Amino acid sequence: MKRRQVALLLPTMIASVAVAAACTTPTAAPDRKAGTDRTAMTLADGYEPESLNPLLGYGEEGVSKLFDGLVEHQADRSVRPVLAADLPKPGPDGRSWTVKLRTGIKFHDGTPFTAEDVVATYRAVLDPAYASTVKSSFGMLTGVVQLDQETVRFDLAYPYTPFAHKLVLGIVPSEALAQPGPLDKNPFGAKPVGTGPYRLEEWRKGEKMVLAANDAYFERVPKVRKVTVVFATDDNARAQRMKAGEFDGTALPPALAKTFEGNGYRQITHRSADYRTVTMPMANPVTADKSLRLALNHAVDRQGMINAFLAGKGAPASTPIPQALPEFVEPAAQFRFDRPEAERILDQTGWVKGGNGMRARGDLAASFTLMYPVGDAVRKDLAQAFASDAKAVGIEVKLEGLGWEAIEPRMGRDALVLGGGNPFDPDLKAYPLLHSSFGGDGFNNPGRYSNPAVDRALEAGRREADPAQRVAQYREFQRAYAADPGMVFLAFLDHTYVVREGWTGYQEVVDPHTHGLTWGPWWNLQDWTPQG
Amino acid sequence: MSAGAPSRARSIGLLALRRLAFAIPVLLVVAVAVFLLGAASPFDPVYQYYGVQIFGAGAEDVARARAQLGLDDSVFVQFGRWAGTLLSGDLGASRSFRQPVAEVIAERLPWTLLLVTTGLLLAVLIALVLGVFAAWRQGGWLDRVVTATGHALEGIPPFVLGLVAVAVFTLGLGWLPGGGLTDAGAEATVGQVATHLVLPAVVLGVSQSPWLILHIRQSLLTVLAEDHVTGARARGLGEPMVVLRHALPTALLPFVTLLGARVPELVTGAVLVEEVFSWPGVAGAVVKSALAVDFPLLVALSLLATAAVLIGSLLADVAAALLDPRVATDG
Repeated sequence: MKRRQVALLLPTMIASVAVAAACTTPTAAPDRKAGTDRTAMTLADGYEPESLNPLLGYGEEGVSKLFDGLVEHQADRSVRPVLAADLPKPGPDGRSWTVKLRTGIKFHDGTPFTAEDVVATYRAVLDPAYASTVKSSFGMLTGVVQLDQETVRFDLAYPYTPFAHKLVLGIVPSEALAQPGPLDKNPFGAKPVGTGPYRLEEWRKGEKMVLAANDAYFERVPKVRKVTVVFATDDNARAQRMKAGEFDGTALPPALAKTFEGNGYRQITHRSADYRTVTMPMANPVTADKSLRLALNHAVDRQGMINAFLAGKGAPASTPIPQALPEFVEPAAQFRFDRPEAERILDQTGWVKGGNGMRARGDLAASFTLMYPVGDAVRKDLAQAFASDAKAVGIEVKLEGLGWEAIEPRMGRDALVLGGGNPFDPDLKAYPLLHSSFGGDGFNNPGRYSNPAVDRALEAGRREADPAQRVAQYREFQRAYAADPGMVFLAFLDHTYVVREGWTGYQEVVDPHTHGLTWGPWWNLQDWTPQG
Repeated sequence: MSAGAPSRARSIGLLALRRLAFAIPVLLVVAVAVFLLGAASPFDPVYQYYGVQIFGAGAEDVARARAQLGLDDSVFVQFGRWAGTLLSGDLGASRSFRQPVAEVIAERLPWTLLLVTTGLLLAVLIALVLGVFAAWRQGGWLDRVVTATGHALEGIPPFVLGLVAVAVFTLGLGWLPGGGLTDAGAEATVGQVATHLVLPAVVLGVSQSPWLILHIRQSLLTVLAEDHVTGARARGLGEPMVVLRHALPTALLPFVTLLGARVPELVTGAVLVEEVFSWPGVAGAVVKSALAVDFPLLVALSLLATAAVLIGSLLADVAAALLDPRVATDG
């Protein structure tokens, strides 16, 4: 009896949900609930930071709102001194960098910013006792010393030309780092004190974060006085609430963002250095074959994937060097979609087509497994498209959606859809991704790609001081890579956002592979001005 | 009666003491069990510590961080360390919230208590009203609707109810907010919290009410057939008087015990409702800490839930013993 009544009730419920869904017609930009006060802004974010401690990765690429680095990135990718008085200067041998500091700057709690804070911050990055999660990206740094009250020197293990890009790390007051120990136990992550244009007023975890303008900010006091960041993971829920007028801006997938065109909203698309690539593990006898990797690079229809799954918002990728670094891009290292060419390579290198259309070389069937993280819709779509393009040239790709904990131990043998990217300097991403010294080191170079010519060019590029010579080295790197591709790069993803009209000051920028409010249209929010 | 009163109070006190003494090994077993389950889980806590930084981290640095965090130690060493800090009055630090556990609970427990109390009161209110009417007019249309809906609701998990409520009242009618404690960016004022409390509290209350309604109805029906009620009716007393003054008090006694026994369901219900409505309470934190294998928080929350269940059943027994002198105090 009980079961029958449930069976009766369920259709009724489904019907009422359907009716409810039909009732929700998108409304045209209702005015803000808070009236027209544009000095306050509410943003929705699909990603909530775990911690606001820069040493645990908050605002790793700078632009953290709460903290300042010694330098910060500008829209043209160059760095500009912030807490530093001048641009960092390399020593004659390139193995040390000296930074002159500004004076008279105060942290949010009123304590003065000094050289000790800089030294404490970078020493805590290096000291394993703090278990800083950004330590691995400071592999070149051996130590930091205070030369006098307003000068610090960074000592490097080897000459490293793009070092200034590393100095965007937010400076933490030395008092917060007095006690060594894993930083997750440090209350600073939830109650941060920085020198940045905003200070944290409230953080209700899982719900929202309120930032208030720092009236003592030494550069320009923000005109947008209060920023509320609401955390809402689900893309559709965020779009709904945005339509209901709750938010002034949010990040949305391209298809959802498109529905906001006009009506007082502005759709903003940022190019990014955020690539998606398919790794080709060298320990797998199929993907270890150079000719097969080359053939796959010709077999995938990159633009087709972008049109089908990214609503056209993206750029084809052949190497980790994005179009955002135009001077570094090597035109000769771009793969064209050319299925006959892929078939020709495979035919010539002994991958013979069998009766079922699938290839094999001797006993070895042209078949491998491709893993993607479950829950990432874009990576899943790309994996499926990759498998179908590979099948068209006779290579079987078996798909498996897994959690990261299941993916990690298998990365050495099975292919994986991987993402990442950094638009500021080619070294920052290309080196750990493709240099042999990073082979199998965590998620860096998971396929253990090893190519002496690539190693040589990457090595020379990071040490070379002359800009023109650096460009030459990175172009050489791409040619060496394209001759023996270690992966199949698919696309650089564009990031799409929706912003309500009513402010001026937005400046276009290229996004890194990053989550949260730090980048996106609001990267220079402290320079925005309410209109009217 | 007057001579028996002190010994009655004493035996109730003894009941409470016995139960509390029994609670200690139970809590200990729960703590150890959660630790062991955590150790058997495939999730690696170092991922939680690193977040997205894991993708750029070197294997050597990750290994060093693991050592610093004590993740390589055996689960018993980790348990010993946690128990040691607990004895010194420190609940430890939550890795998934990156906050001391005591702070996580202090921030979130009041919101859970608000939700659960409101939900439970609503459930009791609904149960009393509907249960009494259904029993009074047994076989009438109200009785038939209440009984049928009650049985059906027993089979529907609270999160389904929650999603339907959001679809109807938030997306469809636009009457009530569908999640959070306040509107985006608004202060947590009484009005804000109250409007946001309505849907989750009603969903929780309605999801808990069917057992209570059916129980009240059933025990009231039994009591209405008893001699003293028949006697009251024979004396010509009005129906409201008979049902509310003569029958209901007798029927309420087992109801109090049932309320105590329903606490585990209430805890599970709160977890699901908080998750659906992004209510910032402790119950919602259970899911996050479990996914992150956040030992200290997970154990603290499990102990909290266990304690709630034990206290619930103790209170119900004490109340029953106080209300009815015939109830034995299991001594």
